Amino acid sequence: MPEMIEFELNGVLQRVDEDPTTPLLWILRDTLGLTGTKFGCAQGLCGACTVSLDGVTLRSCQLPLSAAQGKAVTTIEGLPSEDPLLRAWTETNVIQCGYCQPGQIMSARSLLDTHPQPSDEQIDVAMQGNICRCGTYPRIRQAIHHAAQIRLEQAETKGEDS
Amino acid sequence: MTITRRSFLIGTGVVGGGLLIGFQLKDEAPFPHTRPESFQPNAWLQITPDGEVIFQLDKAEMGQGVVTSLPTILGEELDFDPQRMRIEMAGVHRGYADPVMRIQITGGSMSVATGWDPLRQAGATARALLIAAAAKTWGVDEAMCRTEDGVVIHKTNGQQLQYGELVATARTLKPPTKVGLKEEEDYRWVGKSLLRTDGVAKCRGQALFGMDVGLDGSLPGLLTAVVVRCPHFGGKVESYSDTTALAFPGVVDIFEIHSGIAVVAHGYWKARKAAEALEVTWDKGPLAGVDSAEIRRRQELELANGEPSDTSGHGDVSKAFAQASEVLEATYAAPLAHHSTLEPQNCTAIIRPDGAEVWAPTQSPSVLRLIFSHYSEVPQEQVEVHTTFMGGAFGRRGHVDFAAELGAIAKQLLGQPVKLIWSREDDLKHDFYRPATLHKLRAARDKNGAFSAWEHKLVSPSFVETIFPNLGAALPTWVPTKMSRAAGSKAKEWIKGVDPTMSDGAHIPYAIPNLEVGVHHFDIGVPKGFWRSVGHSHNAFVVESFIDELAHEAQEDPVTFRLAALKDHPRHRGVLRRAAKKADWGMPPRGRLQGVAVHESFGSVVAEIAEVSISGTDFQVERVVCVVDCGFVINPDLVKQQIEGAVLYGLSAALMDPITIQDGALVQSNFHDAPVLRIHQAPSIEVYLMDSHAPPSGVGEIGLPPIAPAVANALFHVTRQRLRELPLRLAQGSP
Ligand code: FES
Ligand code: FES
Repeated sequence: MPEMIEFELNGVLQRVDEDPTTPLLWILRDTLGLTGTKFGCAQGLCGACTVSLDGVTLRSCQLPLSAAQGKAVTTIEGLPSEDPLLRAWTETNVIQCGYCQPGQIMSARSLLDTHPQPSDEQIDVAMQGNICRCGTYPRIRQAIHHAAQIRLEQAETKGEDS
Repeated sequence: MTITRRSFLIGTGVVGGGLLIGFQLKDEAPFPHTRPESFQPNAWLQITPDGEVIFQLDKAEMGQGVVTSLPTILGEELDFDPQRMRIEMAGVHRGYADPVMRIQITGGSMSVATGWDPLRQAGATARALLIAAAAKTWGVDEAMCRTEDGVVIHKTNGQQLQYGELVATARTLKPPTKVGLKEEEDYRWVGKSLLRTDGVAKCRGQALFGMDVGLDGSLPGLLTAVVVRCPHFGGKVESYSDTTALAFPGVVDIFEIHSGIAVVAHGYWKARKAAEALEVTWDKGPLAGVDSAEIRRRQELELANGEPSDTSGHGDVSKAFAQASEVLEATYAAPLAHHSTLEPQNCTAIIRPDGAEVWAPTQSPSVLRLIFSHYSEVPQEQVEVHTTFMGGAFGRRGHVDFAAELGAIAKQLLGQPVKLIWSREDDLKHDFYRPATLHKLRAARDKNGAFSAWEHKLVSPSFVETIFPNLGAALPTWVPTKMSRAAGSKAKEWIKGVDPTMSDGAHIPYAIPNLEVGVHHFDIGVPKGFWRSVGHSHNAFVVESFIDELAHEAQEDPVTFRLAALKDHPRHRGVLRRAAKKADWGMPPRGRLQGVAVHESFGSVVAEIAEVSISGTDFQVERVVCVVDCGFVINPDLVKQQIEGAVLYGLSAALMDPITIQDGALVQSNFHDAPVLRIHQAPSIEVYLMDSHAPPSGVGEIGLPPIAPAVANALFHVTRQRLRELPLRLAQGSP
């Protein structure tokens, strides 16, 4: 039975009247038309559908709509265009087919929140849930280091400004 | 001579010679996506009066970067910054048909290699016309004009005209019959690592993949279809009941099509839920009871008792073996491999009274149009195909089975847009796999200790043959059924057992005077297809491992041994030497061991040195050094991306648990039991490109063949375990 669910999506309040057991992935894509969150396996195995729910990184294919009630969801579309990860990804030429990359970036984002200067090992642990069939893994490592650097510089300039 | 997939298709007349006539429509507009008043001197390029330069991308962008590399080639000769061009997906048009194959296809690592000449010509011709237009406007000789990034400049008085301003005049001029091309030293964009132009959109989730079509509201009322297929290869529906499923919320329709039961609903989740409630009884089909072990057993029988369907080589192998003082023998095997593009197969279409539109992530848009037309019964002339970005392809999207299904589905839903979505499980269980192959190798040494003969018998189904089940259906509907059937079976006969892609990479470059490659054609009916690097993927594993065995037998260093036996192959020697140097061959860091392999494919040569560490029976590939000779390089960083990607794709198949067959069906279903390489298993990769002025050769697949043997050879050097079967597994008791 459909049910009215309310949550914040990329800073904007959303109300959807859908079966609350529907995975959030399909609500984002089919109901709300946000295509950055990708479908790869529907079993929580590939990471293509990674989003953040109240700051916690989750696989949206495993998350029933009801779990979003009253919470804040961030998808790749919610990242500001000057986000260090987006810049690092482009400058490192990470992208091949690109299908996995929104999910990779969402996972990397939560890694940098907990480990602002991650080691290769920490990257490998944090990013294990995200599959890339095009083999961009070595560049993802590079890009995460690069993004960490950009964040640091941004923080320093901010510090100087104030 | 090595026969390529491409020349083979041409040689048999399968394409080009007439069988596929009808692929290209006679009454198409001269060029696609034409804007009024624009200057469109060829199928790729268009310049609008307000100066927009538009490139029609005719090749599939599946990750390999043609979206950046092809415009660069044209832009260089046009003298216009490729990164300022607007790139559009071209769809199907005869202007893009391969000049020889006559179909529009992306594969065989050929896009840049075959595009290099025509795209340069196209750019240069357009530039010549723009110069002529400027000269005419100013009333001066063309020699008085030069260009600079989108502007024609008067050499003496410095007057300038933008390309856009010249469009009206350029349109009226006759193209010159001959144009000069730039010298390499004058290149401004070619040869530089321009960043990918699709990077930002893809990072932000804004690029349009097949999966995304219509979700932005551009196809109001878009429905989703899923198909429940028989899990057993070649099986079919015996009976089904949809009473429960039909009652599920959001279900629009349920009906049977050629490949199974289609469930159509509002959105994927509703369609999937209803599909799970279907009750279907399957006729298991011809492979019921067959499993992987049985397939292996029958391959062994074929190798032991069967006759090769095709033999090639040089010298007299039997004589050399008769006179041998020592014979080495080994059996190698490679298992089935799955493509698992991260974006599962999908396709979107709408049939309107005046024709159909199809959006497809496909490597093969012209064949797709034909197949869709056949199944939807919409004449080809009225089917417009839009190619989308695609989440990987690796050969899988050269097959258009999903378009056949969608044609059959859309036919029942006239006027309603519908997207067919395969689940990950569908995608894995109904792939066109790299087939399992079995190989028997023998080498002879003469009384002086020199290797005098090499014999390689392999058993494999034909790859090329796989396109023929489609072919009967693929012929235009106006071809009478009987004739199209005849064409299909004739083609099958031609290639029966003499498909050279089966032995791709088995004809070793090493100086061994007598060589024989015997191909045993054996096909049990498991779907098979082109998988990144095709025959090279398993043949390189076999021959580059066995040559290592020979080096060991001769008690020589694997690199030195290869170099000596490659005396007539300077490109092989070049990459091998440089790889040895870059990887500090023979002096690996503590706790690591090295293995080497070198292989030629798609006109390019690649050497790889893998560094591996071992603990017990576990091992980790830590570092891979690759040296690549792929002719002249258009965009070095794009080449490096492709080599990195191919190494990891090959490593995934070389290391991860294989997929298997039971009762004529694939056992595995998703990434938990059909694992693929993840980031912690990925080595660091260094890629070095040889400086070459030869025409560009293949790139997209060439990095794959050497990786499995390089790793296997590294493992041998410390454990003395010769791993002759993929995936690579160390046995207990290694030192
Ligand atoms: S689609 Fe959610 S993890 Fe793969
Ligand atoms: S870039 Fe293609 S799957 Fe990651």
